[in-house]
Amino acid sequence: MMAELLTTTALPIMLVGAMVGIASSAVGTFLVLRGNSMLSDAISHSIVFGIVIVWLLTKQQSGPVQLIGAALTGLLTVLLTEALASTKRVKQDTAIGLVFPALFSIGVLLLNIYANDVHIDTHTVLLGEIGFVWLDTIDLFGLPIPQALVSMSVMTLLNYAFIGLFYKELKLATFDPALAKTFGFMPSILFYVLLMLTSSTAVAAFDAVGAVLFIAFAIVPASAAYLLTDRLWMMFIIGALISIVSSISGYYLAVYFNVSIGGMMAVMTGVFLILAFLAGPRYGVITQLLKRRWARKAPMEPPPSI
Amino acid sequence: MGWLELLTDYTFQNVVIGASLLGLISGPLGCFAVLRRQSLLGDAISHAALPGICLSFIITGSRDIGGIIIGSLITGSAAALMMLMLTRLSRLKTDAGLGACLSIFFAVGIVLLTYIQGTNNASQGGLEAFLFGQAAATLRSDLWVMGSITLVTLLLLAVFWKQAKLVTFDPEYARTLGMRTTAIEASLTAMVALAVVVGLQMVGVILMAAMIVAPAAAARQWSRHLGGMLAIAAGVGIVSGVSGATISTLSRGLATGPLIVLTATAIVLISLALAPGRGLLWGVIKHYRQKSALQKQQLLYALYKHSADPSRAPSRLGSRRLLNKLKQQGYLTRSPHNATQSDNGWGLTAKGQAEARKVVAAFEELAA
Repeated sequence: MMAELLTTTALPIMLVGAMVGIASSAVGTFLVLRGNSMLSDAISHSIVFGIVIVWLLTKQQSGPVQLIGAALTGLLTVLLTEALASTKRVKQDTAIGLVFPALFSIGVLLLNIYANDVHIDTHTVLLGEIGFVWLDTIDLFGLPIPQALVSMSVMTLLNYAFIGLFYKELKLATFDPALAKTFGFMPSILFYVLLMLTSSTAVAAFDAVGAVLFIAFAIVPASAAYLLTDRLWMMFIIGALISIVSSISGYYLAVYFNVSIGGMMAVMTGVFLILAFLAGPRYGVITQLLKRRWARKAPMEPPPSI
Repeated sequence: MGWLELLTDYTFQNVVIGASLLGLISGPLGCFAVLRRQSLLGDAISHAALPGICLSFIITGSRDIGGIIIGSLITGSAAALMMLMLTRLSRLKTDAGLGACLSIFFAVGIVLLTYIQGTNNASQGGLEAFLFGQAAATLRSDLWVMGSITLVTLLLLAVFWKQAKLVTFDPEYARTLGMRTTAIEASLTAMVALAVVVGLQMVGVILMAAMIVAPAAAARQWSRHLGGMLAIAAGVGIVSGVSGATISTLSRGLATGPLIVLTATAIVLISLALAPGRGLLWGVIKHYRQKSALQKQQLLYALYKHSADPSRAPSRLGSRRLLNKLKQQGYLTRSPHNATQSDNGWGLTAKGQAEARKVVAAFEELAA
């Protein structure tokens, strides 16, 4: 009985976790490389505002309308931040710190006011309920597939379709925005589309991991990958691998200690970041220490005199 | 609830005193964070307070405020330290370091929180209040602790005022003077963690970031001096804290934290628009004043030097409103019955002639 329950619930939960990680780390890679990681923090908080507004307007808690609403909210967050920063009265980071708490506060207050009508409470907003994803299924090809898994797969496909289609444009816009602009690649438009995808991913991941833990899935695997490789395409693969391994190990640890599954998955991504930071083959702290020690022990041949 | 009744209400008194203390500490320390371009460090530190709160609960088994303060101070400082290490010792940039620390520490906090919930300890209730703040749960004994932290922090700031100021504005120069800049910077960051601790009960870990950033950003608009900025930030913090807490108490069911944050944000917006000298509204007014002054000079110049040129007729150079305004001020006269194509009847008065000569002289001096 217990084993049967485990097999029917464990797989969907781990799959959803892995999908959240793969979809988020795809967009997160560009955020980390561009130095805009904290925008994912801002977006993941302010989509609470978007979700409540869309719910008030359409009474839909998920689905395409919510994804579009989230994309627009993400865009609104970034545009408000840039508008504030462009007044030159506050710096960019201060502007981020002003915009998202305000939007988040409005969202929380609206939730307070309409608390009786909506089942998204502030607790779910923050933490998500990945443990219950298998309860909410839809039938596809005769199989009951968790809805969260379907929406996360769609987001993964969308993200990778965008990255695949505009790979060289995105690459150039990330590493040399000025050159991308002279080629007519419109790096700022690419960036806005990327941020809209980020917010849509956030809202799709929302049911599973909640607003705050989404940041972990977006930034941490991508950061760890950045410490391990110099190739952009390798960053996606490493990011996805870390997400998958974190989801599986996080799930079993969470079940063992009887704690939050989403939280444990996020903690595991952190463990991988620390591992990459300490023992990465090229940039790891310990690796570099060892290299320096070896270099000291085996002095190099003096360069041949000319 | 009537006003008099409200003022004598025990809970309300606690809330107001707590909110004032929060404003008093987060405003000044936020100024340093904002000026040192570390606005979002407060966000990371406040999220990182959650595992500290949970750890202290697991160890002490109660919601004792002393343990919670020590716990959140330790984990908050650990997050700041980890952020520094990640960015100094690897090629991760500040934003990635901040985001990673924030989310990992918060995730650990969530894991610990659910672990505590799993143990079914009866006194665990209210731990989740630290997420969004629950001002009404503030006790008088909490206030003494919050008050002492605020006092000690502000005293420290006063003692090391000169050092803190120099490290904020010119760290290189401070280093050449032989100041221990790393120690000073570290203590400024640790003090932000102290401010976060004071705010936990009032606004919660999620929104504490705004209490660091918003009062400082508002105060920056009103003052060009560090001392003035700190004082104004403390004032903004107190006003938004007290008014947010009051609204929350009057309307049962609305969370305190979001209300305080929204009040602070409103003050920031007002400051951005209205602050003398820096405000956006003053910029707009200045722009229009300069524009009309320029138009006036242009008109007087044209009437004086090119009164026979129809392409420079007054009606082509200035709006009717401007022409009438100048007529009222006594620079222009109008005699419509002998209007020509080139001047539409407008002409300079004696005062206008004198002013026009000044303008012409100024133009020619510039051209020469």
